[in-house]
Amino acid sequence: MSNLQSQDYIRISATTTTPPSARSWEDQVAKLIDVTRCIGCKACQAACMEWNDLRDEVGYFEGTYDNPLDLDPHTWTLMRFTEYVDDKGDLEWLIRKDGCMHCEDPGCLKACPAPGAIVQYANGIVDFISQNCIGCGYCVKGCPFNIPRISQVDHKSYKCTLCSDRVAVGLEPACVKACPTGAIMFGSKKDMTHWAGERIVDLKSRGFENAGLYDPPGVDGTHVMYVLHHADKPEIYAGLPQHPKISATVEFWKGLIKPVALAGIAAAAISGFLHWVIAGPNVVQPEDEQAAEDVLKANDFPETGDRGHQTEHPT
Amino acid sequence: MTRPYGTLTRNSTVTRLNHWLTAGCFVLLMLSGLSMFDPLLFWLSSLFGGGESARAVHPWIGVVLLISYAGLIIQFWRDNLWTKDDTAWTMAIDKVLENKEEGVPEVARFNAGQKFVFWSMALLVPVLFFTGLVIWEYYFGTYTSIPTQRAALLIHSLAAIAAIIIWIVHVYAAIWVRGSMRAMTQGWVTPGWAWRHHRKWFRSLATTGSTGPRPNATPRK
Repeated sequence: MSNLQSQDYIRISATTTTPPSARSWEDQVAKLIDVTRCIGCKACQAACMEWNDLRDEVGYFEGTYDNPLDLDPHTWTLMRFTEYVDDKGDLEWLIRKDGCMHCEDPGCLKACPAPGAIVQYANGIVDFISQNCIGCGYCVKGCPFNIPRISQVDHKSYKCTLCSDRVAVGLEPACVKACPTGAIMFGSKKDMTHWAGERIVDLKSRGFENAGLYDPPGVDGTHVMYVLHHADKPEIYAGLPQHPKISATVEFWKGLIKPVALAGIAAAAISGFLHWVIAGPNVVQPEDEQAAEDVLKANDFPETGDRGHQTEHPT
Repeated sequence: MTRPYGTLTRNSTVTRLNHWLTAGCFVLLMLSGLSMFDPLLFWLSSLFGGGESARAVHPWIGVVLLISYAGLIIQFWRDNLWTKDDTAWTMAIDKVLENKEEGVPEVARFNAGQKFVFWSMALLVPVLFFTGLVIWEYYFGTYTSIPTQRAALLIHSLAAIAAIIIWIVHVYAAIWVRGSMRAMTQGWVTPGWAWRHHRKWFRSLATTGSTGPRPNATPRK
């Protein structure tokens, strides 16, 4: 949301030069969302609105606890409720706090054409600097998690900032502070991974043999991680992707074809210039005019006296 | 318009206005499009008042281009139908490139190169338009799935690159073949120009007593 940051950028959208990177002592941070401890109270959603001064329009009820029904420019985090029937026929209420995953390899940033509209800080947080956003929606195509939302009012893209403004001054994100069960934690990625490991051992001892940490390698890991009871089936948690990665279409579009296209355009222009130098212009010669005149005469072409002034024929 | 004695009409006023409307749209689309395609060229968006303005105006120019190019298709499609002579002309492209046109099949109103440009754009402009609608975030951002939009973006980019390369060929050909530019700005060519580059077209005008751009329906005699 803002670029008044005490941290260095390690990535800047649509920028080919190396960002300033002298201050490299920063810890990589992570938010750990322990889905197995979540009670679905939505305190995190309320805290997010409160801290970020977001107020969504009141929506409508569709028979689920999801409220509002989807992320939008005013809803940067959202509890998604799933009623899951496991193999034994037991009902499990799965509640996942959805929002930006802060990928180490951010597809939104790679797709963005506006210099400095999306940045990644040295601590790993991916942030939208909205004043630089041009509203093209490329970040939406780049994201493997379907997170960014374009405002229909100001035509800028919005998503969770991981409270980069709070983190920059040593506070935890607002959702973390508000969570009453400790299901959301924040710290260095190393500590969070370690803590998740302990929690997973505990879950396994209680019968959740597929419990595990969601830190998908397809995007080089994320700075928002989940502890899941069923880490082998992340998609049951309201469609959390099994193997998220930046779409091959986007990688190709933002990768290979950019230099190849510019080279192709340059080659076409240079070929034209070389042809001009080698073969030169194709110029009508006096004998062409003479030959043409002969044909016109042979055909008893209309006297040409008025041809200079006549109206043109429409096609 | 004043023009020298004895010249032929290559392009009517309507055709020329239609052409230059299309050309203006194409150049603006190319500049604004490239600014969003490669960060190295983002500075081109300044020509439109910044990235947001470039993003906002680009699709509207595309709408105008589609309509404008449709006008060119209506005026030109008949004279761009491919014939056996065009295949022979294409086989002799090396002679054409060396400016040695004797022995190359006589050309009607348009040569095979011009027909290639015409039909390529007739294909690429609608492709660019419809993929452009899919990624027109302002109005149609929620109408299609994200995978569809990703594919549309890729196709849009590839089609645009192809169109730009063809446009360079088109512009260079107009510089290379002297007299072509005037044929599209002021509309006229000399009989010698028509004889040299479009002999079959020239003969059809001569035998029907037409001063162009199309022959009269019946021979004069």
